[in-house]
Amino acid sequence: MAATIRIQRERFDTAAESAKLTRGRTDIGAVVTFTGICRGAEDGAPLKALTLEYYPGMAEAEIARHVDDAQARWPLLGVTVIHRHGRMEPGEDIVLVVTASSHRQAAFEAASFIMDFLKTRAPFWKQVEQGDATAWVEATKADDAAAQRWVKKDAAE
Amino acid sequence: MKILYFAWVRERVGKTDEDVDVPHGVTTVSDLVAWLAGRGEEYAYAFENPRVIRAALDRTHVKPETPLGGAREIAFFPPMTGG
Repeated sequence: MAATIRIQRERFDTAAESAKLTRGRTDIGAVVTFTGICRGAEDGAPLKALTLEYYPGMAEAEIARHVDDAQARWPLLGVTVIHRHGRMEPGEDIVLVVTASSHRQAAFEAASFIMDFLKTRAPFWKQVEQGDATAWVEATKADDAAAQRWVKKDAAE
Repeated sequence: MKILYFAWVRERVGKTDEDVDVPHGVTTVSDLVAWLAGRGEEYAYAFENPRVIRAALDRTHVKPETPLGGAREIAFFPPMTGG
């Protein structure tokens, strides 16, 4: 199965990316799309914009590693991951994960798995503009825990 | 060896990347962090809390105790916040 992984400054079209995975096929019974969107407030404070920095070369490779892991775990028929970089304002899409499979459970779980690892392992960093100040977003324990639950699940099985 | 810095590590060091000759005796990732921290105020500030610094050797995540080996590139950065 070929996966599409792109890191780009430009906006993306969620519907078009989903359609690309299913066009001309009848074996796919489920497509899940996850879109991460820039919020207009963070911890109650209005957010003017966020800027995403990334490590070219490694970011693509790290996403590919987790897409490969997802393919080994679930019977996927298509995967697309697009992550934007640069400056974006509230309401703009940041990241897209599309997973396709014969049945919904694999598509749901694989999309969630890829996002959890993307947040904690892919080398991207967010900087927010609030008022006249800029600040680097700090990693959260909740995101670490979300990624860790896939590891625990393995150990229990 | 090429060293890359990202996010606030890059801001504190004041450069995106540099080529350095790693001295003998500096054999692991944490050795390199300790050596870099002694190179000047900006490095001391960037690496003041080594526990929050993440590293990638030839574009793969590594732990502080990982040997540098024959790696060509190492990157230092804070915990990731993408997605």
